[in-house]
This record gives sequence, structure tokens and C-alpha cells, in this order.
Amino acid sequence: MLGKTAGGIYWMFRFLERSENTARLIEAGFRIALTKSKDPASEWKSVLTTAGVRRNYDLKYDGYTAANALDFLLRDTDNPSSVISSIENARTNARMVRTALTTEVWEAVNESWMALRAALKTPVTETKLPAVLGEIRRHTALVRGAVHGTMLRNDIFDFTQIGIALERADNTARIIDVKYYTLLPSASYVGSTLDNVQWETILRSVSAHRSFRWLNDHDISPASIAEFLIFDSRFPRSLSFCSRLLEDNLGYLAKDYKRHLPCHEMIEAQRNILRDRDIASVFDEGLHDFITSFIRQNNALGLQIEQDYRFVG
Amino acid sequence: MTLDRQYFDEMHSGTDNVRGPYAEYKTWFAQEDAARLSKKSKEAESFFRRTGITFNVYGQAAAQERLIPFDLIPRIIANREWTKLSKGIEQRVRGINAFLHDIYHRQEILRAGIVPVELIAQNEAFLPQMIGVSPPGGIYTHIVGTDIVRTGEDDFFVLEDNARTPSGVSYMLENRETMLQMFPELFSKIKVQPVSDYPKNLRRSLAACAPRNCDGKPTVAVLTPGIHNSAYFEHSFLADQMGVELVEGHDLQVVDGRIAMRTTEGYQVIDVLYRRVDDDFLDPLNFNPSSMLGVPGILDVYRAGNITIANAPGTGIADDKAIYSYMPDIIEFYTGEKAILRNVETYRCSDPDSLKYVLDNLSDLVVKEVHGSGGYGMLVGPAASKKELATFAAKLRRSPSNYIAQPTLSLSTVPIFTKKGLAPRHVDLRPFALVSPNEMNITPGGLTRVALKAGSLVVNSSQGGGTKDTWVLED
Repeated sequence: MLGKTAGGIYWMFRFLERSENTARLIEAGFRIALTKSKDPASEWKSVLTTAGVRRNYDLKYDGYTAANALDFLLRDTDNPSSVISSIENARTNARMVRTALTTEVWEAVNESWMALRAALKTPVTETKLPAVLGEIRRHTALVRGAVHGTMLRNDIFDFTQIGIALERADNTARIIDVKYYTLLPSASYVGSTLDNVQWETILRSVSAHRSFRWLNDHDISPASIAEFLIFDSRFPRSLSFCSRLLEDNLGYLAKDYKRHLPCHEMIEAQRNILRDRDIASVFDEGLHDFITSFIRQNNALGLQIEQDYRFVG
Repeated sequence: MTLDRQYFDEMHSGTDNVRGPYAEYKTWFAQEDAARLSKKSKEAESFFRRTGITFNVYGQAAAQERLIPFDLIPRIIANREWTKLSKGIEQRVRGINAFLHDIYHRQEILRAGIVPVELIAQNEAFLPQMIGVSPPGGIYTHIVGTDIVRTGEDDFFVLEDNARTPSGVSYMLENRETMLQMFPELFSKIKVQPVSDYPKNLRRSLAACAPRNCDGKPTVAVLTPGIHNSAYFEHSFLADQMGVELVEGHDLQVVDGRIAMRTTEGYQVIDVLYRRVDDDFLDPLNFNPSSMLGVPGILDVYRAGNITIANAPGTGIADDKAIYSYMPDIIEFYTGEKAILRNVETYRCSDPDSLKYVLDNLSDLVVKEVHGSGGYGMLVGPAASKKELATFAAKLRRSPSNYIAQPTLSLSTVPIFTKKGLAPRHVDLRPFALVSPNEMNITPGGLTRVALKAGSLVVNSSQGGGTKDTWVLED
């Protein structure tokens, strides 16, 4: 397999994951701004920060309105992480690595691109937003389904999973990073409506508001939410789950290629942290420090994978 | 443009009668519901969009990927017509390979005075770097797409020999797939020779040309300029269908005197490179130094006999439009036979008498750039305005040797499907020949390109042409 192809696959799936995550962030932000928040502007500001695009947004707009934030996050080609940019990038990478994809996967990506380009051609009004977000989710699900149903379980598949896992871990970690202060155990907040709203935002941003309740019926506390997002390996967007997905797939590559590389050392270190720690020790260390160090380490792992598998010459 | 001429229509030929090859199809068509066919036609378009069978148009910012319109009426060729055509193509391709070997070695044909020396020496398509180089297996042009036009029942002409990197074969294959999906019943009624073996044959043919030092199964790869190239779809399609890697210049490098591709596990040697990158961009060390598309040093590896490049560098000297006019003599010189397929009468504007004739008759002629392709930089006299003719005449006077001229041919027509029923449109044909030391394989049929505008003679996809499925009937 060409190094370039591995890189194309990896980025294709990172971008697809990113478009889905952005849609999910918008959905949570929109709902909270609509229903619960007394300060919608700060809600949108926090969505933009979580998506990692606030600096670019600030260069373009003064103030945080729903219309501007939506446009920037969904349709703006100046924003490299907007849904339209992500899907465009995913499809460009798919074209580049087309020989490594099954027809079904290629067609699913190509159709997503056609459909979303049409859906995002004109500004998305609040009335149309739910339908558009639904379409984004549906199309990324179609691609995922085609991948699972038709791709060989070989190195190509491994790189799809690695791209997804890295992007997803980064996304969940950034959500925690932006909202960490609401998860800090502070006596003054407990029981107030404010933190309930914030906690719900967090859970909605990772589509976990229902599953969390299923699992934690009687214990809705900052510590249990943080624990769920970081350590619960049943939840497919937790850091622990993503890390295990990475470990598995990097492990398949090591076995397949019969080579143990620096990225394998790094994933092992990441796994150890998540396995050996518990939420109490994380709070002792400081949630913020823990998360920023995870984000840094996760990024470094991504770069190491690029290097170890020769994505670029 | 509408010309007051009678054209040979391959389905109806002058009278209301149906020509033999189309008889069964016409019967089927007469019973079909136009609305159903209309719906099928739209289905085909969305199929092409969905599968991304597109081409890129240079110099257009918006809508960079376009579809080549597909017409659902097949172009049908009788087996006996095809037999003659394929013999003619085979002879011509043999002649071209012999010519290329000779022109880069002893140059007997120049000594014999059949082709003028200056035509070679001053030609940019002639690569001095190739002098004395013998490609593995002795093959120069492995894949040839000969453009053929028809003007009457038995009148076939070769319009161009595409001996460098002919494109369009993916459309030939996808058009057939589309027809099979849309009208399976037709193919059980009418016996059409299959084309689907092309990728398998291409791979076998390329592998048979591997360098001598290749031990074991040759590693084949397709070299593309990248996703922005107009024919990128075809490059990835062929790599995919052959089951080989699609590489770009930056994936390759010289390792221990061989060309190797960067894989996730290190560098892996390539034995045969099917390149879809032009000569000039192939090797920045030996050709255009600013090229980002090629592989520095690949020509040196090639000269040492350590990789097969298909088609070989320098094959352009054989399909140059100035050489074209000598092709019948070239074929006879090397094969000892008269050319089976005729050439179109060609005026070389470098010759003062010809130039005078061309300038005097510009409105009746088609004038082409010697090194042009894709229908760019070409003048169709009868369709041009007075102003266009004057501008072109000035260009001709300025650099006459850049141009050749040909009479406007009465290209045959085949009907296309329109909302108002069948309507005749001009067509050409590009069959594809694969050459290896063991055999020559010509896929029955090829790519039929059709000018979609009524009366238009320009079939190029970049100029609004479409394509048709091409059927060669079983006997």
C-alpha cells in the first residue's frame, strides 16, 4: 500500500468524522441557545471555541449570532473545518485514493458530497437547520455503513479506523477542555440550573444525553459525566474507547507489517494513562491539565503515525 | 453550422431503409416507449454523476468536473467491417513501432529519403535522449488509440494516430456497463462482442513488456499527474481495474538504480510504469526542469534497461500531425504492404505551394496545429466567421510550419436520442490497440465520440462532444 494512499484514507476519515462532529456541536449549541440559555451569544462562542475555529471567526465577524455562527460552521469555505470544507476535503482525499476504496464507499462519499453541497448552497435558516443537520448525519452514517459492510479488513481498513479514532478523541477532549470549568466539583454550583444546562450541552455534543442517563440513572454529577466521557469504554466517543480503537488498529498494522514502530510506543503510553487512572486522580491532578496534556499527546501520536507509515515523502 | 451536404448515416444510409448492422436494433427501438427511454437517459446521467465518471476542464474555475454526455443509441459495426478495420489498425501500429525503432536507431527511412530529415531534426516531439535506446521487448508504443472517421459504406480514414498517451478507454468500458444495466434485454437479443477484458489484457500486455532483470511477477503501476488532471478518473479507473497502484511523481524515487514507490512498509520496486504524464514532465533532470509531476532520474533508469515506460518517451514523433501525411509511405516502407486504412489528404503549410492553397481555400478546410490536441487551436473553415478566418490566416502566415490543413470531411452520422426523436449527429471512432512482444490485441469497437450539436463536426469532449457505446456484432 502506498504511503500516500494510507495518508489519503486517514485524512478522508478524519474529515468525515469532523463534519459529523461539527454537525453535532451545532445541534447541541442550537438547542441550548434556543431553549435554556439566557445568553445565546456565549453559547455560540463556546461552540466556535470547541470546534477550534473561534480565532478565524473573530477575524471575520464582530459578535456571536446564530446566523453568523451557523454560516461559518456549516458553509464557509474560508473555515477549513466547516462542514462544507470537511466534506470537500474528504471527497478530494477519496478521489485520490479511489483505488483503495470499494465502489460502495466511493459512491457513498461522492453522493454525500453532492447532496451536502446542494443542501449548503444557500444560507441555512433556523427553520431548515434540523433537516440539514439530519442530512449530514445520515450521509456520514451511509459512508460508515458502506465501510463496515464492504471493505476488506486489511491495512486500508485499519487506516480508516485510525483516522476516525484520532479525530474523535480530539473532538471529545476539546469539548471537555472548553467546558471543563462546569465539571469541576464546586459546592456553589451543585444543584443550580446553570450547571444542569451546561452538563446537558456537553452530553448532547457527543450525542450521549440518553445513553448517559441509561447508565447513570441516579448519579448525574460532574464527576460521573467526566468519568463517562474519559473512562467509559462502552461509550463510543469516550477517550478510552477511541484510544482502544487506536491501539487495536495500530496493533493490526504492527502484526500485518511485522514492525513495531514509535507510534506503537506512544499509543501504549496513552492506553496506560487511561487504564491506570481514575476520575478522582484526574481531579487531583486538575481536569484542565489532564485534558490539555491528552490533546497534545494525541496530536503528537497523529504526527508520529504520519511519519511511521510514510504518508508524505 | 449546417452544411448543405448529404452525409452517410450509419443507421439509415440515405434512404429510409435500415442498414444491416442496425436492423435488429431498429426493430427493438420501434417498439420502445419514448418516455421510458427518456427516463433511462436521465438514469444514465445520474449514474455517471454518482460514480464520478467525470473529466476536468482546464481554465474553468466553477464546475471543474464535468460529465461527458452519454447517448443511449449505440453505434453498431458489422463484424466484416470490423475485421477490415482491425487489420488496418494492426498494420498501422506495427508500422509505427517499426518507424519509432528506426528513427531512434539507424534512421533508414531518412536515408531512403521517404521522410525529410528536417521534419525529424527540428521536431520537438523527437527526443535526442532516446537515440540508441532499445526499450524492453522492443516496443515503443504499447497502447495506441487510432482515430478513425467514416464517410461512406466502405470509406474509412485514419484521422490521427494517438501513440503517446491516448485516453478515453474508461468511457468505452463504462458506456458498455451502463448499456448492460439499462438494457439487458438488448444484449440477449443481439450478440455484441464484449469489451470488458480490456483491463485484464492491458495488465497482461504491460507485464509482458517487463525489463529483463525483473524476476518473478512484474510490479505494474499507473503514473498520473494527479487529481486535477482532466483524465484523472480514467487513471484511477484503470489502476483499479488492473489491481495495481496509482502513483504520482512524488510517490516515486530512484533506489539502487531502480524506480521504487513509497509504501507504508518502505520502498518497493516498480517494473512497468504505465505513465499518463507527458514526455516533457516525465523527468525534471532530463526534460523540463520545472516539472513537479515526474521522477528525477527516471530516464537514466530507463536507459539502463531497469524499468519499462509505457508508452516509451519520444513516441510523439510518430503521431505528430506533420509526420501523419507520410504515414502511408512509412507503413509501406516497414511492412512492405500498401496501407489498408487510408489517410485524409493533408496539406503541410510549411510547403509554400500548400500554404498558398490553404490560404486561398481556408473557408473549406480544417486547419490543425501540428502539436495540438483535444480540438484546441483548430479552425473549422466552413463554420468560421469572416473575422475568425482572417485572424487564423494571419497566424498561418506567421508560422506556417505549425499547421496542417485537411479538407472538411463528410463525417458519417449516427442518430442520437433527443426529445423529438432520433436526430443524426457526426461521429468518429477511437479503437484501442495493446502491443506486447507476443501479440497485438485490439478491443472490438472502441470509443465513439459524437458531436451533440446539429451539424457540428467537432467531437472532442472538451468542446461539447458526447460518447456512445460502440458495438461490434458477432458474426
